[in-house]
Amino acid sequence: MLAESLALSALLFTIGVVGVLTRRNAIIIFMCVELMLNAVNLSFVALSKVYGATGQVFVVFVMTVAAAEAAVGLAIIIAIFRHRQSVNLEDINLLKG
Amino acid sequence: MQVEHVSTGHPLADSVARFAWLIPALPLLGFALNGMLSLKAAGHPGPADPSAGGHGHDGTTGGTGDTGGHDAHDDHAHAAGRHPSAGLVSIIGPVVLALSFGVAVAVFLAMRSVGDAMHAPYILTLFEWMPTGKLSIDVAFQIDQLSMVMMLIITGIGFLIHVFSVGYMQDDPGYPRYFAYLNLFVFFMLLLVMGSSYPLMFVGWEGVGLCSYLLIGFWFSDKANADAGKKAFIVNRIGDFGFLVAMFLMFANFGSLSFAGVNVAAAEVAFGGALITAICLFLFLGATGKSAQIPLFIWLPDAMAGPTPVSALIHAATMVTAGVYLIARSAVLFSMAPVAGLTVAVIGALTAVLAATIGLKQWDIKKVLAYSTVSQLGYMFVGVGVGAYTAGVFHLMTHAFFKALLFLGSGSVIYAMHRAYHATHNHADAQDMRNMGGLKKYMPVTFMLMWAATLAIAGIPPFSGFFSKDEILASVFVRAGHSTLADASLLGIPGNVILMGVYVLGLAAALMTAVYMTRMMLYTFHGPNRTGEKEQGHLKEAPWVMTGPLVILAILSVVGGFVNLPAIIGGTMSEGLHHWLEPVVGEGTLRVLGGEEAHLSHSTEYALIGTAVAIAVLGIIIAMTRLKPEALVPAKDSPAEKGIEKTLLNKWYVDELYEKTVVDPTLSVSRTVLWKGMDTGIIDGLLVNGSAILMRAVGWAGSQLQSGRVGTYAWVLLLGVLSVLSAFSFR
Repeated sequence: MLAESLALSALLFTIGVVGVLTRRNAIIIFMCVELMLNAVNLSFVALSKVYGATGQVFVVFVMTVAAAEAAVGLAIIIAIFRHRQSVNLEDINLLKG
Repeated sequence: MQVEHVSTGHPLADSVARFAWLIPALPLLGFALNGMLSLKAAGHPGPADPSAGGHGHDGTTGGTGDTGGHDAHDDHAHAAGRHPSAGLVSIIGPVVLALSFGVAVAVFLAMRSVGDAMHAPYILTLFEWMPTGKLSIDVAFQIDQLSMVMMLIITGIGFLIHVFSVGYMQDDPGYPRYFAYLNLFVFFMLLLVMGSSYPLMFVGWEGVGLCSYLLIGFWFSDKANADAGKKAFIVNRIGDFGFLVAMFLMFANFGSLSFAGVNVAAAEVAFGGALITAICLFLFLGATGKSAQIPLFIWLPDAMAGPTPVSALIHAATMVTAGVYLIARSAVLFSMAPVAGLTVAVIGALTAVLAATIGLKQWDIKKVLAYSTVSQLGYMFVGVGVGAYTAGVFHLMTHAFFKALLFLGSGSVIYAMHRAYHATHNHADAQDMRNMGGLKKYMPVTFMLMWAATLAIAGIPPFSGFFSKDEILASVFVRAGHSTLADASLLGIPGNVILMGVYVLGLAAALMTAVYMTRMMLYTFHGPNRTGEKEQGHLKEAPWVMTGPLVILAILSVVGGFVNLPAIIGGTMSEGLHHWLEPVVGEGTLRVLGGEEAHLSHSTEYALIGTAVAIAVLGIIIAMTRLKPEALVPAKDSPAEKGIEKTLLNKWYVDELYEKTVVDPTLSVSRTVLWKGMDTGIIDGLLVNGSAILMRAVGWAGSQLQSGRVGTYAWVLLLGVLSVLSAFSFR
């Protein structure tokens, strides 16, 4: 059961990483980041069977942070969309040297 | 190294010699006071040059402090020239010198009363100057027979020249500045001769160089004068390099720099070895710079751009003889190095002849005297070079008397000439002898006094110059017969041949000296007057404040030789200076002579004296018969010289030669390699701008990493994580 859980977690994480690296839409990337967070949550929960409940405590923290991050991140994306009529990251590159 | 402290319990320790520090301190005080007075009235920098003839008239633009609204014409500068503090300065300047001279005389009398009990020099230590590791140098004064002679010359003649300056410089707007510099010069000169170690002497050496520079360029608003000052300063630096290297060698090998310590250590090294020869030659390089010998003599004639009393004090009587003093002071060293001694004698003799030839054809009265000074300095170097240190110092002393007199006399002439031209607004050259002539009618006192000096320098007995010059020539003759110098050789030529050559050159220089001095007197004082119809009415004798010092110097020039009469003439009072200097230079002289006192048979000695007198008389007769002052015309009507005359007038083109071989290459190397290559190219271009360019490139490269594209960042982040993980995994 543990091995399958960790394999699923790794698969989800990889999907998240590939999504972040390849997609251009800010919303999709955001969702991929969430996917990565939840993949980690899954591995925390799975490993808590071996190492005790600490992993489950962390999961609660991660979800809290993810919720806060979702609120702030979506607000930023909405603000950008209002400003530029686009959420394509290719167009958003003002902060450069 | 602490040999200095042997002086406790010295016979002079409880005498007035304790206060010898006052001798240099008083002129320093005068410098401070006059300097303050000068600064107080700043805004009077302007030169109103009473001596520089043609230059003087365009040098008056600086008198703007007072003449402000006027067109800065000569008249106004003169009318407004008298400095507001001049009265006070006229008192301070000469009085500090008089007091200093008084102290020097008191110390001299104390030394006389101690007499033969004084074997070691009296060292007056003031404070510790440089206590650094193995090297410890005190500020200490060495009071011995040699420094005593120099102190008396410097303060005595210095005082007379200060008094003369009161008259000569009276209308100059820079009057307090002039006296400040002159006082400072005397201070440094006294430091030079009184210092008990080479470094302290070097401080004085550099100090007099500075004052010389300041006073040559005293009328600095005229570029030629400022350039002459720079030339003197730069040429002297070349010599100073030699002095410094000699000091480094001495410290490295002897472990001491005080005269006492060096003299003890030098007696231990190999006689005539490479070390002692190198030290002596480097010291002599320093001496050639300060004392205007080949190859560094070129600055002295240009130094005549300064006020004439400065020429008398610094560039004839005292500073330029510092090189002779240096060698006499280092007698122990030079007596150990016969090759160096021969070099000194040869250079001295060549300089004496070369400068005398140039002196034959100069028209500027001060230039004649300048080349005469170079020539006589050459004589002194012949003396100290062959180990006749007493003779060298003796000639130094008599030369100080008669050359100071000649310069001050010429100053008096120039003063009169300038006044006359000034009164009639004539812009002719007040220093050109072709504009003089027949001045004996107008300036009888100066005329007679200058003839006395001329006879002295020409070597007519019983005037002072005869005895000193004769002693130098006789010493050369003695040493050609038997001495360590005669046994040595220079460039493969045996020493006795070289010394005979030096003797012949000395006679040739003596002949030419008599000729050019007589020529100068004839053209200046005899024949018809060529100054101009209008000007003649304005020619008159200088005031007593100027002629007074001349009279004293003339007396000294006449009787000065009696301090060291040759044994065959003087009887019981003979060789006074010789005995006086015995404790300082006796050891060196004896070593040069190979351990035994010099003795010439009476007939030889009479023959030498006869030759010297005959040469001098012959020179005067040649000049009297061959030169026709009646045929001269004023400078502006004179035809240009041709052939050898032109070569001599142009000083054998030595300046031009140096210009081509030294100055131009130096300038072009400085311009192309040092300035364009090193400074602009490497330092500015490569290092300063190069580092800026490098930093900009690095910054640009760094800024390219921040593309603003989040996708790229994400990739980099991933790569970073992977590399960290792999680093941990494969540890």
